[in-house]
Amino acid sequence: MLKKLAISAVAALTFAAGGAMAAGGAGHIEDVDFSFEGPFGKFDENQLQRGLKVYTEVCSACHGLRYVPIRTLSDEGGPHFSEAEVRAYAADNFETFDPELDDTRPAKPADFFPGSNLENAPDLSLMAKARAGFHGPQGTGINQFFKGMGGPEYIVAILTGYTGKEKTQAGTTFYENTAFPGGWISMAPPLEDGQVEFDDGHADDLHHASEDVSAFLMWTAEPKLMARKQAGFVGVLFLSVLSVLLYLTNKKLWAPIKGKKFNA
Amino acid sequence: MSGIPHDHYEPKTGAEKWLHSRLPVVGLLYDTLMIPTPKNLNWWWIWGIVLAFCLALQIVTGIVLVMHYTPHVDLAFASIEHIMRDVNGGHMIRYLHMNGASLFFFAVYIHMFRGLFYGSYKAPREVTWIVGMIIYLLMMATGFMGYVLPWGQMSFWGATVITGLFGAIPFVGEALQTFLLGGPAVDNATLNRFFSLHYLLPFVIAGLVIVHIWAFHTTGNNNPTGVDVRKGSKEEAKKDTLPFWPYFVIKDLFALAVVLVVFFAIVGFMPNYLGHPDNYIEANPLATPAHIVPEWYFLPFYAILRAFTGDVWVVMFTSWITGGIIDAKFFGVLAMFGAIAVMALTPWLDTSTVRSGKYRPMFKWWYRLLLLDFFVLMWAGAMPAEPPYSTISLIGATYWFAYFLVILPLLGIIEKPLPTPETIEDDFNAHYGKPAE
Repeated sequence: MLKKLAISAVAALTFAAGGAMAAGGAGHIEDVDFSFEGPFGKFDENQLQRGLKVYTEVCSACHGLRYVPIRTLSDEGGPHFSEAEVRAYAADNFETFDPELDDTRPAKPADFFPGSNLENAPDLSLMAKARAGFHGPQGTGINQFFKGMGGPEYIVAILTGYTGKEKTQAGTTFYENTAFPGGWISMAPPLEDGQVEFDDGHADDLHHASEDVSAFLMWTAEPKLMARKQAGFVGVLFLSVLSVLLYLTNKKLWAPIKGKKFNA
Repeated sequence: MSGIPHDHYEPKTGAEKWLHSRLPVVGLLYDTLMIPTPKNLNWWWIWGIVLAFCLALQIVTGIVLVMHYTPHVDLAFASIEHIMRDVNGGHMIRYLHMNGASLFFFAVYIHMFRGLFYGSYKAPREVTWIVGMIIYLLMMATGFMGYVLPWGQMSFWGATVITGLFGAIPFVGEALQTFLLGGPAVDNATLNRFFSLHYLLPFVIAGLVIVHIWAFHTTGNNNPTGVDVRKGSKEEAKKDTLPFWPYFVIKDLFALAVVLVVFFAIVGFMPNYLGHPDNYIEANPLATPAHIVPEWYFLPFYAILRAFTGDVWVVMFTSWITGGIIDAKFFGVLAMFGAIAVMALTPWLDTSTVRSGKYRPMFKWWYRLLLLDFFVLMWAGAMPAEPPYSTISLIGATYWFAYFLVILPLLGIIEKPLPTPETIEDDFNAHYGKPAE
């Protein structure tokens, strides 16, 4: 908690003067082989749970997830915590203003995650869909069929893209970041090796932690991703069968007209 | 109803006769479904069914979405997220609606270019063509207003740019723009009226679709040879045609099922492919996106809009001759709407006596170039408005107008068409041999 406050304080100063600069070309984004990409891709529950931990301990100091109901943490196809765990998580981490009590109270699963604490820290609910990491090949973007559109990769690239250089402009400190458009970002490097310890003993270096939180943010942006892919499969499968049946029907129907014998 | 002689509905039972003498609705359905259809129609003729399906899909999914959507600047974006997260099946319904719009336009472009190649716009089908063009314009209006409703960054800035076009009209422009927006800028009033119209226009489209079908059922379908169905007698007509049911219904349904396999793969596995990431950021009047890009189906005409900048000589000349009333911005707007208007006028611009492009050796190549031009313009429309893209857009836009205004009228005079088949039956038998006795 102390660390969170410290980060908040530093970040508040950082952001005080204004948002990010948006000059120059797009930054460099590397592909990450996430488990949820491609038609057969699925979220990895353990990764989402680790990502939530990174979000809670680090990101949530400044950023919010205002469109995400806390209860969905127990959903299948998501982090899939038990309901008791979600209740405890909500109460331990967030406070909500309740107009009925006219006071704040510990958050309940029915509440939403809080919004951003800082005006210039964007809400992260949809961040993984609001940024496109890659557009290839040849700008057609067709590779997102297999790789997704690169939003989570963008987040990983931002978190790992700091060069360590800083500059101060009009009272605001900017940090050089190879992934950020324009090359300078006003967010101080938020995450470092070993900062968040995982209960499942998973590697906690910067790159792994970044991947985990990015996967989690993909889930917050698209919580129904797995249900959607399943619906896609059902649709493709049934319509393929229907196509074959209609093809045969059509062939048989037209055979006498076209003067051909129909064997089937 | 049809100009092609065929068997009409005869009520047989007492109940059928009772109803038929009061309301001949069964007869209407029978005649519509059993309409004689040229039997040589190829696979390019299946897109009408796909379009009818798209309209139904958009109306059904749209009605469900409206049950959960809130048209207010403070709530619209959040209500979309409510649909995506909390409404049962809401994410599928929304993705079907989003991508359904793309399928709709994909199908309409193939349908239109089919007509442009086979001369489906020529007499006596001018009214079918014109009604089709009106439907296309209404589709564009509906698609544009629908894209504003999620109230994302592209929604807001797209609306700002497109309504700004009306502001370019001399004298009345500014007042007109304010009237359209319901205020000085895109705001809650704009969102509300766009929502209202987005719900209304599809029903107007549905009405015009009936007129469209009525018109070509009166003249009969065109076909790949462009040769008319023989109408001397029922027997003669039967040699050239087959009833719509079951022959073309089954054929079209098969094609529709195949198209939908691809459609469901896109909806299921990459539903945001055709969208823009910026639309997942809530609208912010204070932050302009780096590139404002319309939906893909507007890109060719968006490229034409941007092609005519102030340094093009036609624009400078027009500006000079009109005393500055038609400036570069207004010229661009005129060019964009003009590009669609010339398409609507093709029935009178094409002077060739031969309908189908199959029998027009020179036309074929100019047509292919037009098709290529369409894709080049689409690509250029997505690029930033700077060289070399602006030059490419200008060349593309010039060819677009040249095709309709110069090439089509001239070709009819200088081109020597190939001989067309005598009858549709001849053409059909040349492909498939004699029918089995």
